[in-house]
Amino acid sequence: MTDAAPRTNTAARFDVSAVRDQFPILKTPSHGRPLAFLDSAASAQKPQAVIDAVAHTYEAEYANIHRGVYDLSERASAAYEAVRGKTRQLINAADDGEIVFTSGTTEGINLIAQGWGRANLGPGDEVLITEMEHHSNIVPWQLLRDEKGIVLKVAPFDDDGALIMDEFEKLLGERTRLVAVTQVSNALGSVLPIADIIAMAHAAGALVLVDGAQGIPHLATDVRALDCDFYAFSGHKLYGPSGTGVLYGKGDLLSDIPPWKGGGDMILSVTFDKTEFAPPPQKFEAGTPNIAGTIGLGAAIDWFAALDHEGLAAHEADLLAYATDRLAEVPGLQLIGTAADKAAVVSFVLDYAHPHDIGTVLDQQGVAVRTGHHCAQPVMDHFDVAATVRASFGAYSNRDDIDALVAALGEVRELFG
Amino acid sequence: MSELRDLYQEVILDHSRSPRNFGHHEPSNREAKGHNPLCGDKFTVYALVEDGIVKDVSFEGRGCAISTASASLMTELLKGLSEAEAQAMFQRFHDVVTGEKDEALDDGLDKLNALAGVRGYPMRVKCATLAWHTLKAALDETDDTVVTE
Repeated sequence: MTDAAPRTNTAARFDVSAVRDQFPILKTPSHGRPLAFLDSAASAQKPQAVIDAVAHTYEAEYANIHRGVYDLSERASAAYEAVRGKTRQLINAADDGEIVFTSGTTEGINLIAQGWGRANLGPGDEVLITEMEHHSNIVPWQLLRDEKGIVLKVAPFDDDGALIMDEFEKLLGERTRLVAVTQVSNALGSVLPIADIIAMAHAAGALVLVDGAQGIPHLATDVRALDCDFYAFSGHKLYGPSGTGVLYGKGDLLSDIPPWKGGGDMILSVTFDKTEFAPPPQKFEAGTPNIAGTIGLGAAIDWFAALDHEGLAAHEADLLAYATDRLAEVPGLQLIGTAADKAAVVSFVLDYAHPHDIGTVLDQQGVAVRTGHHCAQPVMDHFDVAATVRASFGAYSNRDDIDALVAALGEVRELFG
Repeated sequence: MSELRDLYQEVILDHSRSPRNFGHHEPSNREAKGHNPLCGDKFTVYALVEDGIVKDVSFEGRGCAISTASASLMTELLKGLSEAEAQAMFQRFHDVVTGEKDEALDDGLDKLNALAGVRGYPMRVKCATLAWHTLKAALDETDDTVVTE
């Protein structure tokens, strides 16, 4: 060893092949080629541990929860409730009661809009979002606007896809009751400075809801350190089953929110005159939930938590940098979203081929990307494009996937260029 | 590449690169808008219909190679047809690209056979039919934007 500091490559330390080995779908060829799955931002693939947990539930531990006095129901209830604790630890919430299970981020946001919003907002009250929100953090507020006369304000981003903080601050006012903001843009990959946003919003007297759908798979998230009031995420983007999700809310806030859907398993007592509701989180979980899926989410959280997170962050940063460099070699390619702080997402257009045609050609080469507007049409409008091609990475992604993408883009050029 | 060449035949690449009757031809007395929300493709189709005859057809907007070529080919083949013939052509084309009838088109419509390749790509059938649904709406004089989803 020399006396110079060793040049460590943290990315190389992260054992991506060991991660890949745990994902059976990655061994499934696509059009006769190895699958290069580059659509994790839409939904991540599932490790064997998650698949096994769901299968095990149905094979050995399934019954409805919170109801039966028999052993099977009690074991299913315990397995389901244990996921609250795992989730609490993952995001460092204070109490299991702050963890509401949902069908996904969309339901979590709608719960706040329809539960908290309807009870607390009136004409002229303002909800501040950003120009880069997913439709699921736009439409629920428009529904509330139409019903309650609230005002929806939109903070713009610049041409790199970074939120313009001065403009955001100007839009925070006396009437701002809630700031609802994404942690990471799904279409652009921009990472938003949510700690600053939360501090500014609180200083202005507003609550903050963070859409963590794209954030939680990539960023260490501590809801107490951030001091966010609500945080919503989806299980399926965190390597868990689809149809699962979590809404975190500060305990005192959740206690004051009326239930937004009524049914079984959310009550203390029911007569035809009056119903007494259970405390949170049960108050928000009417009906039989996604039992096996949520137990699978618990397995996903265990699996994710056991990863080397420093290594994962370095690995994803390496993939982003490598993809950005390799795509710069492609003639006629324009990256959409070039913010300084980005998660492992690259969105782009070619000046000689439409994203949908690109997607079809890439698919034939075994490369799975998302093409379209990514449920973020205002973002497309900002860049005056109808659609983009988006490649997004997960823990199992590697440089070979990116090489396959760039090689397949050569085929696109041969056909359309 | 061979499968892709079946989908992206030369006639499709040609019409997508150099669409015919692109831009609003005036005069026109029929028009309709079409939108594929899946991919964001948007077209407006204009037609001049006089004495029951489609005298002129043009289109504008933006879309993928399949939807643009399909729109371009459609405008070439429509001129001079009666409205009833245009409606019949819509149906015959629809049957070909959706695979409802497994027979090649003839009598002057053979160019459209190039679009039959979309049958193997269910997500892309809507690309091929977008302009045609829009045309039908223009001829039927319906006011709503055509949405293919």
